[in-house]
Order: sequence, then structure tokens, then C-alpha cells
Amino acid sequence: MKENLYQYILEIADNCLILGQRLGELCGHGPNLETDIACTNISLDLLGQVRSYYQYAAQVMEDGRTEDDIAFMRMEREYRNTLLVEQPNTDFAFIISRQFMFDLYHYLFLKELQHSRDLSLSAIASKSIKEVSYHLRFSSDWMKRLGDGTEESQRRMQAAINTLWPYFEELFEISDAGKALIKEGIAVDTKGLKKDYLNSAREYLQEANLIMPEVEHFMKGGKSGVHSEHMGYILADLQYMQRAYPNMNW
Amino acid sequence: MSEEKIKDLENQFEERIARDDKIEPKDWMPEKYRKTHIRQISQHAHSEIVGMLPEGNWITRAPSLRRKVALLAKVQDEGGHGLYLYSAAETLGISRDEMIEQLHSGKAKYSSIFNYPSVTWADIGAIGWLVDGAAIINQVALCGTSFGPYARAMVRICKEESFHQRQGYEIMLTLANGTPEQKAMAQDALNRWWWPSLMMFGPRDEDSPNTALSMKWKLKRKTNDELRQQFIDQTVPQAELIDLKVPDPDLKWNEERGHYDFGPIDWDEFWQVVKGHGPCNRERMEARRSAWENGAWVREAAMAHADKKAKKSLNKAS
Ligand SMILES: [Fe+2]
Ligand SMILES: [Fe+2]
Repeated sequence: MKENLYQYILEIADNCLILGQRLGELCGHGPNLETDIACTNISLDLLGQVRSYYQYAAQVMEDGRTEDDIAFMRMEREYRNTLLVEQPNTDFAFIISRQFMFDLYHYLFLKELQHSRDLSLSAIASKSIKEVSYHLRFSSDWMKRLGDGTEESQRRMQAAINTLWPYFEELFEISDAGKALIKEGIAVDTKGLKKDYLNSAREYLQEANLIMPEVEHFMKGGKSGVHSEHMGYILADLQYMQRAYPNMNW
Repeated sequence: MSEEKIKDLENQFEERIARDDKIEPKDWMPEKYRKTHIRQISQHAHSEIVGMLPEGNWITRAPSLRRKVALLAKVQDEGGHGLYLYSAAETLGISRDEMIEQLHSGKAKYSSIFNYPSVTWADIGAIGWLVDGAAIINQVALCGTSFGPYARAMVRICKEESFHQRQGYEIMLTLANGTPEQKAMAQDALNRWWWPSLMMFGPRDEDSPNTALSMKWKLKRKTNDELRQQFIDQTVPQAELIDLKVPDPDLKWNEERGHYDFGPIDWDEFWQVVKGHGPCNRERMEARRSAWENGAWVREAAMAHADKKAKKSLNKAS
């Protein structure tokens, strides 16, 4: 039970950590000042949520590890984030598409997690959902602007969506830990959310003058710790200080 | 306008400045006043924006979650400062795009301090402590400046800067109390950032031709040398408190003056960096230009989309 809960918290929080890290790479490099500030702000929100989750995970495990040990000291195979959030900042169309695909999921997910029987998780969800509804507004507004902007922006957006779409399904995959906790009323049964996600995404995409790609083969592996080749580099940055200077206070 | 009329307006203007009236964007002002303010406010805005780069360099590598979150928040604040300042400059009749154009062409300057590299985590502490610390001293002096929008932006910004300064000092304090490696990292950062921070106050008074006019318009209320001295007097005890050594063998308290005496500043280095030959001038400008160029299609799309929307609602209305 304890182990399941720990794994489940990681599944949720690692997505936020890795996406926050990706967005953190952008700081100072955005297309204008407003988007630059917005992306930094989203990263900040996600990492704030990560702290709450890992603090809770540390409390659950009671093995002397801290939030930072959990964030920085795991091996690549132990990270449980989906492949979607690892995808690189290829251009602003990719950044926005990745964000939109995640935000929509994140919003629907937190809405349910608020009703978890685990009071810590439901409290974090209630606090985070306000932030995430803002993220979704930001990313979906930009989907519209870029999808229904110029010819070039439309082409770039469609290309990004086509590339990223095979990664959406993994968000809904349910791990063994998840299965066990759904029975307890703790975890969210994401199976039920997938239809809402697809309906909602279709509407957003239509409004943004974009076509939802038809995909036969979906990409997955992150949730069971088998990541893309990007992940090693993300962790090399993330863990650099903790690996180079172990056991110090910062 | 007749020459007489202009002379009259100029006199009234000078009187208002002398009375400590705030000058507002719609008020009459001498052309030179307008130009000087555009130059200074835009330079200040550019510094905030370029300043995001050396600190942004450590966001993905910050050593703890708490530090990562704090650094993100700080860099985000700096972006916000850039926004207020660009808006303040826009009230003088220049667009943000024009100002950015001037930055990219090299016509407009930004603070040279950001042309130094942030090579270790301790640099993030040193930047907050020293660079934000020096910025506050410059900016507190500007809260009483004559141009209203600039003065108001400064009041708002100063509050955040002092938070940044405390946060930076706290990073240094933690390192100084840490392992020998951490302490060495902190000392090394102080060694590298000390002199460039002193240069942030600009050339010595006798080499600063704009000072007289800036003092007259209350764009400056203290001279470069006065502000520099204030910074040194304030910062040296802070270094002592955490047992770090300021890298100046000539530094000594002067009882008679009531100030610290300090060693000679390498003005050759200062001018070299100002003229574009600092360690990171090229990288900073490349980063800014490529962000701008890579973002062109995004800005165009946003405009095109806004046009389409406006047309749609116009059609609906008619
Ligand atoms: Fe600032
Ligand atoms: Fe600052």
C-alpha cells in the first residue's frame, strides 16, 4: 500500500517536474516578453506542485529521504513521467502543443483527484487546479492564435500536433500501483477521462483550425521508466549539482 | 512655436523640476529631456531583459527544488521589471519594438555586468547579493526622479529588488556556512563579481559628462562616485558577517572620512566590456537576437489572429 501510494505520487509529480524543467530551459528565450514570463510562470507553478507531492511522498515513505532526494537522486529508470513531457522545445508550436496536450489532461485529472479519499492528494489537487485552469487557458488561447494565425503558423502547429499526438495516450495509461489505488478510491480512474479528453481536444483543435491526427500506434514507456533518449540529458542538468556535490545543504 | 514661447515653457519646466513636481507624459518637456529619458529608461529595461540570461542559465541546474522555484520567481520578476520599464518609456513616444530594434542593432546599451558569465551556482548568490544590491542603490536614488512614470516604476521595482538581494545573500550565507568546497565556491564568486559590481555605478564623476544635466533634472540625485561609496560601505560588513573576503587589498575603513577607502578600479576593463569585448557580449546579443528572430512568426501569427477576430466582430456588428 505504502509502496503503491509512493509510486502513484511519483507518476503524478514527475510529469510536473520534467515539464517544469523543459519550460525552465526557455527562460529569456521566448518570442516576446509576455510569453517568456508566462512560460516561466507555468514552470514555477508546476515546480511548486512538485514540492507538495514529493514532500508528501517523503512523509509516506518515512525512510529519511527528503523532497530533494526524491527529485534529484533517482536513476533514470525510476522516473515515472510520460514521454510527452520529455519532448524537446523544438519551436514555439511544439512548446504550445505539448503544453496544451498536457494541460487539458492535467485539468481533467485534477478535477477528479480533488475527490480522492487520500486527503493530502485531494488537498494538493484543489490547490493546483486553479493554476492549471490558467495554464489551459494560456495554451489553448495560443493554439487558436497560432492555428488560426498565418499560413506559416498553421503549418507549424499542425506539424507539432502531428508529431506529438502519438504521445497523448500514455497520459491515460494506468499502472499497477494506479489499479490498486483506484480500488481504494485514492487514484483517479483515467479510463473514464479519455473520452472527455478527446471530445474536448477535438473542439479546441477545430476552433484552432487544426486537424486531430489519426494515429494507430501510440508511444509509451515513460510511466514504466523506459524513457526517450532526451531523458538522460534532462536529468544530467537536473541532477548536476546534487551529483557533483553530494550530501550538502544549499 | 516662437522662440520666446519656447523659452517661456522651458522656464516653467525648470521651475516645476525645482519644486519637485512630477513631469507627466502629456506635459510639455524639452526635447533633450525626452531623449535622455528614452535612452535611460530603455537602457534600464534592456538590462532587466538581458539580465535574465545569466540567471536563467542556472534554472535547470539549481541544486534544490526550493532554490529552483525561488530562482524562477526572481527571473520572472526581472521580466516584469522589463515590462513596466518598456511601458514607461513608451509614454515618451517610442514603441517597444523600436527599442528592441535599437538593442539588437547595438545602438542601445544595457548594463555591462550581464556580460560576465555565471559559471557556478554561487554566482546566482553573488548576482542577487551584489548586482541586485547595486541596482537597488541606483534605483532608490531614482524613486524621486522627476519623470512620473519612471519614478513610479522604480518604487514598485525597488521592493522586489530588495527581496532579490536578501535571497542572494542568503544563498551566499548558506554556502559560506557549508562545506569547504561550498565556501570556496562562494569566495570565488565574490572574487569575480566584486569589481564588475563596483563598475555598475558608471565612470568616475570626472569622466561622466552627463552627470550635471542628469542631476539638474533629478534623473540622478547622487553622483556615480557617491553611490559607489554607499554600496561599498553597505556591502563590506555583509561580507565580513559571513566570513568572506572582499578581493581588494587596499580596502580599509577610514575613520576620518567615515567611509571605506578602496583600491583602483580597472577602467580599461570597464571600457572594454562597454565597447562589446566582455566575456559574454556576443552570446548575450546572439541569445536576444535569435529569440526575437525565431519568435517572428509567432508575433506575426498573433497579430494576424487579432485582425481576423476584430474583422469578425465588426461583421457581426454591422
Ligand atoms: Fe530587476
Ligand atoms: Fe532583481
